[in-house]
Amino acid sequence: METVEINLEDQFQARIDADISIEPKDWMPDAYRKTLIRQISQHAHSELVGMLPEGNWITRAPSLKRKSILLSKVQDEAGHGLYLYSAAETLGASRDQMLADLHSGKAKYSSIFNYPTLSWADMGCVGWLVDGAAILNQVPLCRTSYGPYARAMVRVCKEESFHQRQGFEIMQTLCEGAPEQKAMAQEALNRWWWPTLMMFGPKDADSPNTAQSMNWRIKRFTNDELRQKFVDMMVPQAEFLGLTVPDPAVKWNEARQAYDFGEVNWEEFWNVVKGNGMCNQDRLGARVKAHEEGAWVREAALAHAKKRAERAETQAA
Amino acid sequence: MQVAPSETPALNNYSPEVRQQLFAYVLQLADTSLILGHRLSEWCGHGPILEQDLAMANIALDLLGETRSLFQYAAELEGQGRTEDDLAFLRLATEYRNPLLVEQPNGDFAATIVRQFLFDTFHYHCLVELHKSPDAQLAAIAEKAVKEAAYHLKWSSEWMIRLGDGTAESRQRLDKALATLWRYSGELTTPTATEQALQAAGIIPDYAALRPAMDAHVAHVFGEATVPVPQGVFMMTGGKEGRHSEHLGYILAELQYMQRTYPGLKW
Repeated sequence: METVEINLEDQFQARIDADISIEPKDWMPDAYRKTLIRQISQHAHSELVGMLPEGNWITRAPSLKRKSILLSKVQDEAGHGLYLYSAAETLGASRDQMLADLHSGKAKYSSIFNYPTLSWADMGCVGWLVDGAAILNQVPLCRTSYGPYARAMVRVCKEESFHQRQGFEIMQTLCEGAPEQKAMAQEALNRWWWPTLMMFGPKDADSPNTAQSMNWRIKRFTNDELRQKFVDMMVPQAEFLGLTVPDPAVKWNEARQAYDFGEVNWEEFWNVVKGNGMCNQDRLGARVKAHEEGAWVREAALAHAKKRAERAETQAA
Repeated sequence: MQVAPSETPALNNYSPEVRQQLFAYVLQLADTSLILGHRLSEWCGHGPILEQDLAMANIALDLLGETRSLFQYAAELEGQGRTEDDLAFLRLATEYRNPLLVEQPNGDFAATIVRQFLFDTFHYHCLVELHKSPDAQLAAIAEKAVKEAAYHLKWSSEWMIRLGDGTAESRQRLDKALATLWRYSGELTTPTATEQALQAAGIIPDYAALRPAMDAHVAHVFGEATVPVPQGVFMMTGGKEGRHSEHLGYILAELQYMQRTYPGLKW
């Protein structure tokens, strides 16, 4: 019996190593399944919770064009949530259970959405920085070993890169605008810079899942590698905008051909992860409230569908 | 008057009076879509299930798209150099011309559905006729919007039926929403003086002629929903003439906040 198990594991790893995608009906180690359910559902939850900080500005967007773009973006996010929940369901997870885990606080979502959106420029920063970080995380996931996840990410990334350009365009318009718009952009960057660096997760040394996830090719790069890429990409963009990154340690390192940068405030990171960020309670509270207050709607839809099915059956009989 | 080359030829044919009436009417349609879209967008992230969050954002986005086309046309009709954003963000509540129905609060999902259904029924049937307007621009906007309105009407009709013929609770909530909102449905087809003039000129549909098709649709959906159509309810009016409920001021305070705080900037 044991030898069979080992063979399955070996075969599985051989497929992974050969970059053959794993599909829902294939054998996979329990831990691989669990890791993926955790990661994909967390990703789906992030799309869902991520609608809130941006949704916060839809009714206040400064022009009809910007309002349309923002609405369309939030709609895309709901769609991404749906793709991802579907991808997680192929692993045997149920959406109801995943949502229950989100609502109970058992499942996490991206720490970034626990920061408040305080000015219009935040819509620029969320698009430019937050979606920029998400893309760096997600582009490698288009080649992740689990097929349904990889295919969902291909679709997500196309829309996400569009959002990111839109976010940059908001920043650019602000930076080319009146002094108070430029100040608004800088103030927002000051608040969002460090939280976006935290989106890549803890340092490699403190990331227990990384080695296994890399082995299974769920992850293609480590947290620190992606964070470095992000800084290298964003510092020149901030300079282009005429903005200052709020980190005095940022400096081009000729030898490394990369930017050196300061230390993330890990205490703040862990506090936010543990539920003590500015908006953790509000975000989760809003989701739970929507779910609870929507219960009667979902029940009505089910009851009506049942009545219809029964009537159709009676008619057929 | 010097006519700008970009101006549509049809505009030249209108008397200043008709042009003014048409401006007021197009503005009224734009205000209506804008305010209802605003209300729907308040649901963003708070809907009963992800699919419906998506649907409501989708409808809000359609309405906003229609709003922008209408405001752009209104600005052209006015010929004063105002933009879509000037018209949306720099007018007072008393200058807004949306019917009272669309400014009503979201309430629970049933209230949102009833408000949407009553509006969609009118919107769809009006657009079907508006599409035939001799005013080419209005007809073109209606042609695009009617496809979206057909989708909205399907969505809200199906939810009327699900809620009416769902559970005891959904039925009770639907009844309550109808008791609150039905009184705003009459204004949609009660023409203002401006609308009467444009109807007489054959530029916009005669709302009385829309009623049979609208009533038939309402009767059908209410029948499926097993809900009696409310009868003999006093109908509130005033929104289309700038006499609003207290709700609109708050909507505009939020909607216009950025433009009022930072006037004259590009975003």
